[in-house]
Amino acid sequence: MTVATLGERAGAVALTATGVAYAVDGRTILHGVDVSAAPGETVGLVGPNGSGKTTFLRCVYGTLTPSAGRMELDGADAAAMSVRRRARRIAVVAQDAGVAAGLTVREVAAMGRGPHKRFWEQDGPEDLRRVERALAEVGAGELAGRSFAELSGGERQRVMVARALVQEPGLLALDEPTNHLDVRHQLDILSLVRGLGVTALLVLHDLNLASAYCDRLVVLDGGRVVASGTPHEVVTPGLLAEVYGVPARVEPHPVTGLPLVVYLPLP
Amino acid sequence: MTAPATASRARKASVPAAARLPLALTVLAVALVAAAVAGLALGPVRIPPGEVLDIVLSGERPGAYASIVWDVRMPRVLLAVLVGAGLALTGTVLQALVRNPLADPFLLGASSGASAGAVLVIVLGAGAGLLGAVALPAAAFAGSMAALVTVYAMARRGGSMTTGRLVLAGVAVQYVLQAFTSLVLVVAADAEHVRQVMFWTLGGLGGARWDELAVPALVLGAGVLVLLVLARPLDLLLAGEEGAHTLGLAPGRFRAWAFVLVSLVVGVLVAYSGAIGFVGLMVPHAARMVVGAAHRRLLPVAALGGAVFLLVADLVARTAAAPEEIPVGVVTALVGGPFFLWLLRRSRRTEEIA
Repeated sequence: MTVATLGERAGAVALTATGVAYAVDGRTILHGVDVSAAPGETVGLVGPNGSGKTTFLRCVYGTLTPSAGRMELDGADAAAMSVRRRARRIAVVAQDAGVAAGLTVREVAAMGRGPHKRFWEQDGPEDLRRVERALAEVGAGELAGRSFAELSGGERQRVMVARALVQEPGLLALDEPTNHLDVRHQLDILSLVRGLGVTALLVLHDLNLASAYCDRLVVLDGGRVVASGTPHEVVTPGLLAEVYGVPARVEPHPVTGLPLVVYLPLP
Repeated sequence: MTAPATASRARKASVPAAARLPLALTVLAVALVAAAVAGLALGPVRIPPGEVLDIVLSGERPGAYASIVWDVRMPRVLLAVLVGAGLALTGTVLQALVRNPLADPFLLGASSGASAGAVLVIVLGAGAGLLGAVALPAAAFAGSMAALVTVYAMARRGGSMTTGRLVLAGVAVQYVLQAFTSLVLVVAADAEHVRQVMFWTLGGLGGARWDELAVPALVLGAGVLVLLVLARPLDLLLAGEEGAHTLGLAPGRFRAWAFVLVSLVVGVLVAYSGAIGFVGLMVPHAARMVVGAAHRRLLPVAALGGAVFLLVADLVARTAAAPEEIPVGVVTALVGGPFFLWLLRRSRRTEEIA
C-alpha cells in the first residue's frame, strides 16, 4: 500500500457531471444532465418516477456508460478509471440489492473491503474492526452473526449502508436509502450520511426529508434538470405543480425553518 | 421481503459458523483417511486394514499384498481423490460464476465437451505416446471451454438468465456432445468401442496408473491453489452483477478468466477419468449447508468433501457388483439424479435471491 493510495482514500470527492446523456434502444433517458457536488456536500436528486434519477446515479458509479458528456471525479475523467479504482472512491447503496443466500451479515458488510484488497489478500484484524464499527454505526451491531437472507427489508438496507461505509469512499451514492425503513431509521441513516463528511449523492422521494438533509437539490424531469439549488430555492408550490402535477403549500418548518411541503387534495 | 415462514422458523441451535470450519475439515480429513484405507483394503483380494496401514506407513515393497496396495489400488485411490476434489471445486466455482445453484461441470456440458475433444484426438490417432500426453488434455480443455461458453451464451441470450434456460441449454449441449462422442467411437470401429463409449460418457477411474498421475496431479494442484485464492472475487459475485461492479470487480472479465481456468481443470480431469457427473453439483451444496456460502470456507470443505465422495463412490462401483465393475458415473448419477430433482423443486426459492 503506497502513501498515495492512502491519501486518495481519505478525502471527500468533488463530482462534476457535464452534459451527461444516456440512450438505450433508441430511447433517450438522459438529455445532457449537469450536476456537481463539492467535496463534503450532500446533494439530493429528486423528481417523479421515470425521470432518470437512478439512470444518472448509475452513470455516476459506472455500471452504465454515458452515451455523451463527461463525468469527473476530482477533475479526473471517471470513464478512464478502472473498476477497482473507482470502487475505492465511490460506494453505492442500490435499490433492493440482492445478495445470494448463505452469507452472514458480517460477511456481507466485509465485502466492502473488496476494492482495497488484492484477490488473494485476507481480511486482517483492522478490516474486521472496520466492519464491526460500521455495523454499530448503522445500528446493526447485534445482527453481525445473523444470516443476511433472514433479515427484514429495513435491516438489509442498514447492512448495505454499513457495507458502503466499510468501503471508505469519498463519494456515497444512495438510491432511495430510506426505502423499507421506519421513520426512526430514515432519520438515523440520513443524519449518519450527512455526518460522515464525504460527498453524498442521494435519490430521494420524500421532499421533506430531502429538504432537511441535503445542502442542494437537483430536480430531474423527463431526463432533464429542471431546477437546482438550495431546498429554499427549489421546493416551491410552482415546481410541485409543474413537475409532479400536485397542488401543495410550502411553509417554513416550525422548528428548522426549512421548506415543509403540505400536499393539498387533488382538485 | 422476508417470508414469514423463514422469519418464524426456529433458529438452529448449533455450532457457530466460525467454529464449523475446523470441525468440518477435521471430520472430512478423518473420513478421507478411512475411505482411502477402505479403498486400498477392499477388492477381489481383501486385505485387513491393519495390514494396509502397515504397508503404506512402512513403504514396504515386496510381497503380494504390498504389490496390490501400491501398484494396483493406490493410483486409483489417488486419482479418485484428485478428480473428486477437482470436480467439487469446479462445481463450486461454476455455481458462483453463473449465479445459479444448479451449475456443475457435467450439467453445463463442460465434461461432455472435454470427452468429445479427447475422443476426437484418440480417433485421429494422435492419442498415443508423448504427443498424446499433451494432445489429449489439450483437446479436452478446448472441448470443455467451447461447451461452457456455448451454454453460457445461450442461457444469457435476451438478457437475464433463468435456471430453466441454463439447465435446458446445458442438457441440450451435453446430449449433442455425448451423441457425437458415441458416434465417433462407433464409426471408428474400434474393437473396444462399447467400453470406450461407457468410459467417455459415464466415467471411470480404472485406468489409473502411477506413470499417468503426474499430469493431473500437477494441473489439479495448481488449479486448486488458484481457485482457493479466488475466494474474495467469488464472494463479490454473490452481490450480483451490479453489486460486484460497485465493489471493485469487473464481473465480465473475471468470469471469462475463471471460465478458462475451470475448463482447464475439467479438461484434465475428464482426460483421465471420463465425464463423471453430479459430484460438482452435490458436494458444494452439502458443503454450503455446513459452512455457509463464503468461499474462503466453502472451497476447502468442498474440495475435501469431493475427494471423500468420489472415493466412496468408486469403492461402491468396484465392489457392489463384483466381479463386474459399474462405471463410477452410474453410481454418482444414481445418487445425484434424485438430488438434482430435489434441488430443482427448491430452486424457485433460491432463484428469487440469485
